[in-house]
Amino acid sequence: MIKTILIDDEPLARSIVKEYLQAWPEFTIVQECGDGFEGIKAINAHTPDVIFLDIQMPKINGFEMLELIETPPAVIFTTAFDEYAIKAFETHAVDYLLKPFSKERFDKALQKWLNQRSTNTVVDNHTLLETAAQSPAHQNRVVVKEGSKIKIIPIPHIQYLEAADDYVKIHTADGTYLKNKTMAHFEQLLSAQQFVRIHRSYIINVQLITRIDPYEKDSHLVILQNGMRLPVSKSGYVRLKEALGL
Amino acid sequence: MKPAFSDSSFYRSFLTWWLVCAIIHVAVIYNEPYGILLCVTDSIVSNSLLAASCLLIINNMRYYLPRQEKYWYILVISTVLGVICMLVSQWLLMLIGSSTPVYAAFVKDSSTIRFAFDTLLVGFIAMFGLLWYTQREQTQAARRQADAEKMTRDAELFRLREQLQPHFLFNSLNSISALTRSEPEKARHMIQQLSDFLRGTLRKEQKQWVPLQEELADLQLYLEIEKVRFGHRLQTNIICSDEACKLNIPALLLQPVVENAIKFGLYDTTDTVNIELQAREEKEALIVSVSNPFDPETSVAGKGTGFGLASVQRRLFLLFARADLVQTHTDNTTFTTTLIIPQIHDKDHTDR
Repeated sequence: MIKTILIDDEPLARSIVKEYLQAWPEFTIVQECGDGFEGIKAINAHTPDVIFLDIQMPKINGFEMLELIETPPAVIFTTAFDEYAIKAFETHAVDYLLKPFSKERFDKALQKWLNQRSTNTVVDNHTLLETAAQSPAHQNRVVVKEGSKIKIIPIPHIQYLEAADDYVKIHTADGTYLKNKTMAHFEQLLSAQQFVRIHRSYIINVQLITRIDPYEKDSHLVILQNGMRLPVSKSGYVRLKEALGL
Repeated sequence: MKPAFSDSSFYRSFLTWWLVCAIIHVAVIYNEPYGILLCVTDSIVSNSLLAASCLLIINNMRYYLPRQEKYWYILVISTVLGVICMLVSQWLLMLIGSSTPVYAAFVKDSSTIRFAFDTLLVGFIAMFGLLWYTQREQTQAARRQADAEKMTRDAELFRLREQLQPHFLFNSLNSISALTRSEPEKARHMIQQLSDFLRGTLRKEQKQWVPLQEELADLQLYLEIEKVRFGHRLQTNIICSDEACKLNIPALLLQPVVENAIKFGLYDTTDTVNIELQAREEKEALIVSVSNPFDPETSVAGKGTGFGLASVQRRLFLLFARADLVQTHTDNTTFTTTLIIPQIHDKDHTDR
């Protein structure tokens, strides 16, 4: 038996996958989900072999949902029109179905996945997610997990980011959250906005700076509105000055 | 504008020309009685003055390029500079060569030819500068025009694509595809609705004014399709007073507002979404407000203005020259967009 979960906010879109799957008796749909939150819960509860995932969904999109799952199952994406998503798929051989799709196309996708599974080909979702991170949704917010809860942080609410081993600590006014991404990822993601990497371990929201003080030789201290004091490295100071137009 | 003639290659060739001129000058005026030293001094003095005049005129053109009367300008400026060059060099050379009377006489006699030569050369440089700068200006103007045209084209393409609403279209087609097996009648009905809706979008050139009633009927088509897609999650409530229904509204103005509300509502919450549209008459204006639920915790402030609303705002601004006709209001978990449509328009008037 192959366990699968359908995640799409449109009931009819799920029903068509259900209909096509009837020709594949070895597949069992263990759950249908209407949004990413349900999707995460269902995946954790059932550990499916493969999921059918829509991109544009309420609250968190399909990519954001995948980011929050520690060991994501194989994914066959289903989407209607999303330039960023399609770009992400095309560059990273994961199978995807463009709505409306035919039975033949659907069968081909399933067959492809079955072949990959039998030859133990692991599809790397990591680079796919990196490409998808350029989508407009990703530039507005960061989605994190806090215990069993999911928190959506609008990017302007971020005060600063701190490196913590394999994670990045996201500091906001209402708390600190962990995200398993690299500082380089965030540096790139936030570069177009009011954020500057002032130090190997810190990226700050420049809007919240109240003061920059000299500190020891070649280094500075930046003081945020909440009184937080963070070190600025020599190269960080150059970037900071540039961002502030000094 | 980048300072012209500022690169080193220009100065190198300028210096080379200057040297060539100076050497020719020495060769031409060399005469036993003055001695070579005087001839070289003469050449350096005259040619330096000439070079200074040329640089002056070229730099001057950086800031002032004559539009009309450009040939008179060149004639006058080269004559003036020619006279100045000649007088200054004569005065300097007389001073230097005062101990050699033969040479002093020569300087005096050659003043006409010196003046002619200076004027010609300065005139030539001025002409050259004029052509160079004019040509550069034209290239820049052409590039600006090409850029502007490209922007217009891009905007038009973007508008066409937006009008097609690919996301809505493909998802609707997918819903129809799902219905064909299970509920063929419903599928056919949806195809008809989608066709009517698309026809309506294509027909109305965003130019005419239509009664609100008509606009609401088209909106209803759109909402019906969306309801098939989202099932019970989407609910709508339209309240329109009888007087308000008879008032006029620019065609296709409401749809982007409602679309924005639906997107905002459906993608920002996971519960049932109720979109409410209210229309009423107030002080000779039609007031339409559209509200949707949202999650204040996860919405970025200001983001709610939405992309769709920007175009609505722009259209109303073009029609009435007022920027306050689209208003947004957030109240706890409800986001409301209010449109004010003055009813004082000339019916034949069209925007765009």
